[in-house]
Amino acid sequence: MNDAATRKLALSNLWVAFIAFILACFMGEYQVLERSGFITALNSPSVYFASVSTHGVLMAFVLTTFFIMGFGYYIATTSLKQPIWNIKLAWAGFAVSLFGTVLAAIPLLTGNASVLYTFYLPMLAHAAFYIGATLLIVGSWFWCVIMLVMFSQWKKANPGLPVPLAMFATTANALLWLWTSAGVAVEVLFQAIPLALGWIDSIDPGLARTLFAWTLHPIVYFWLIPAYTAFYVFVPKQAGGFLFSDEVARAALIVLVVFALPIGFHHLYMDPEQGKGWKLLHGVGTFVVAIPTLVTGFTVIASLEIAGRLRGGKGLFGWILSLPWTNTMVLSVILALLMLIFGGFGGIVNASYAMNAMVHNTAWVPGHFHLIFGGTTVIMYFAVAYYLWPLLVGKPLFSNALALFQLWTWFIGMSILTTPWHVLGLLGQPRRISSVVYNNLLTLAWKPYEFMMIFGGLILLGSACLLIYNLAKTQLNPSSEAFDQQVEYAEPLHAVTSLPEYLNGFKLWNKVIAVLMVISFGFPILQFFFMDTFGSSGWGN
Amino acid sequence: MQTEPIKQKCTLLMREICTQLQAIHVDQLERKWITISLLVIGLFVGIITIDALFHGINPPSKVETIESASLHLSQEFAEDNLGVQVEASGKIIIRMVAGRYSFFPKHIDVPAETPLTFRWVSMDVLHGVHIPMTNMSTMIVPGYVAEITTTFPQPGEYPLLCNEYCGLGHNHMWSNISVVAKETWTAPAKSSAKGGSNNE
Repeated sequence: MNDAATRKLALSNLWVAFIAFILACFMGEYQVLERSGFITALNSPSVYFASVSTHGVLMAFVLTTFFIMGFGYYIATTSLKQPIWNIKLAWAGFAVSLFGTVLAAIPLLTGNASVLYTFYLPMLAHAAFYIGATLLIVGSWFWCVIMLVMFSQWKKANPGLPVPLAMFATTANALLWLWTSAGVAVEVLFQAIPLALGWIDSIDPGLARTLFAWTLHPIVYFWLIPAYTAFYVFVPKQAGGFLFSDEVARAALIVLVVFALPIGFHHLYMDPEQGKGWKLLHGVGTFVVAIPTLVTGFTVIASLEIAGRLRGGKGLFGWILSLPWTNTMVLSVILALLMLIFGGFGGIVNASYAMNAMVHNTAWVPGHFHLIFGGTTVIMYFAVAYYLWPLLVGKPLFSNALALFQLWTWFIGMSILTTPWHVLGLLGQPRRISSVVYNNLLTLAWKPYEFMMIFGGLILLGSACLLIYNLAKTQLNPSSEAFDQQVEYAEPLHAVTSLPEYLNGFKLWNKVIAVLMVISFGFPILQFFFMDTFGSSGWGN
Repeated sequence: MQTEPIKQKCTLLMREICTQLQAIHVDQLERKWITISLLVIGLFVGIITIDALFHGINPPSKVETIESASLHLSQEFAEDNLGVQVEASGKIIIRMVAGRYSFFPKHIDVPAETPLTFRWVSMDVLHGVHIPMTNMSTMIVPGYVAEITTTFPQPGEYPLLCNEYCGLGHNHMWSNISVVAKETWTAPAKSSAKGGSNNE
């Protein structure tokens, strides 16, 4: 099932994602330049913080949400071989999300929402920013509903059969997102919007931070699961082999979804409004959620090894060389895994409870998430785009060589950008500053690293432009040759004919999540209603 | 209380889960890798938990509320009480206020190799404070007192930086703190007048 209506829907969502992405890349390069202080004419905190807020919203909310929606619609129809359930609802979701994005963009670009994408109440943005961001999320809920309905309809029509892994992963993500977005939705609906509109005089920033922490960790898994999905369902086939294990892939996805949720307090390790026992509990959960990633790494590398050996690779490492490095999907996964190893190491440091004091809110943190999100996750978004674009527009990719060059430059640029960023953090540089005005010798050590970051950013910007050029050319090329390639999902090494229900659905896991959320967030949220707390009024920037 | 039926139901459920778990195919190599992963993660969690429970190594987590809008009227954070004070017990307490865009008082001298208890409050928005290369790091959330106890091993001049975005002047929110050798440090006059010792 690869009908024109679905293709148009998927393509529209994906284009919004990548347009947001390229705009945000330009802002990113401006930000490293401004921050370095080498060009004094650029110095302006108000422009910088407006830019940083917009960059964050575009990359973290717009690129991801629209990409995930477009990718999900395509996966659902092709893996289940069904048309989109209620395509009008899908377009309505697209429209609501797009309208929300535009609405939020107005205050962002005019400097009326320079509160960064993490909101930071009691600092207050224009109400249109919160309403726009809410609509963006509400639109994505339409997508979640469609994924869940298609999943259960297929199961009803095919009793006892395993749901295709691609759809299982996509539905897992839809479910994760519904749970995840609840925290920030409550914060925005009951605190930010009423405060911005003057309906209430004050909010409790401690409660606001707790609710945001509910969302802040699982949201990164919402962004990451499409990358893992591509690892499992596209990579093995593209490499010329088989998926090592279908069941373990499902188990890893389930553990990822279940344990991504009750662990958000690792963002609050340094906060005064939560006690140490709760922080430790969430800290342990944070380590647990590293396990599915370790398992995923194993499955992907094992699948690649099968492919390498099938292609004639010999010896302990010889199979690596015989992989098809000129296949965009295979090259992407290799680069993604390299960045995941280093990014994962940094993540373990961040997760390490009291040790977090050394890196909290330093430049180390944006270094970490640019590597793991901008690197590992986004490079897989590129891989998916290069794979799907020909299928969506019915024409061959404009240039495979250009795509390979783009992927390599993205990897190199990201390495040059994030390595000094991590070092700056260890040298004590705070994140979220627009210039260095501290009259201290320590800052002298920062200069060479800031200089390197400008080059890293420049390479990334050039690389991003090549991506957009290649995708646009693919679509606009007047191509006459018939192109009838179909999407190919990877076959597992051992075909799965039946699965226990807990690996083929989410009913049980929904209950497990509910219990874990009550345990890990119940008291920490309720305490604000029993303690003698004092609200804060809103502050402009 | 009838616990028997519940118990029975639970064992039944557990047994069912176990048989189902055995039904899925997990490769031998995969089993090994999963075991290694669990051991590594178990080691990390074990170290952190033991440090937290037995060595008291925790992030700043004393949950204590305060009204940020009227700090100047509060007993504790009135202007005269800010800065370094030595309690009768010899404990050194440092009360600091963060506000856009400065830390108050602007400068303090503290002794090296001595446990210091910082109590930070905000008078407006979110702030954070970090003394680079040390673990003196905490968020300062309006409405709460952020308390953290630490020791500086090395004397020297340390920058004290706001590390949470607090507005367009955030870059300018910083000051210095002097850590002086334990022997040469003397308690500020005010607190010795109260009868405090200098922790010798």
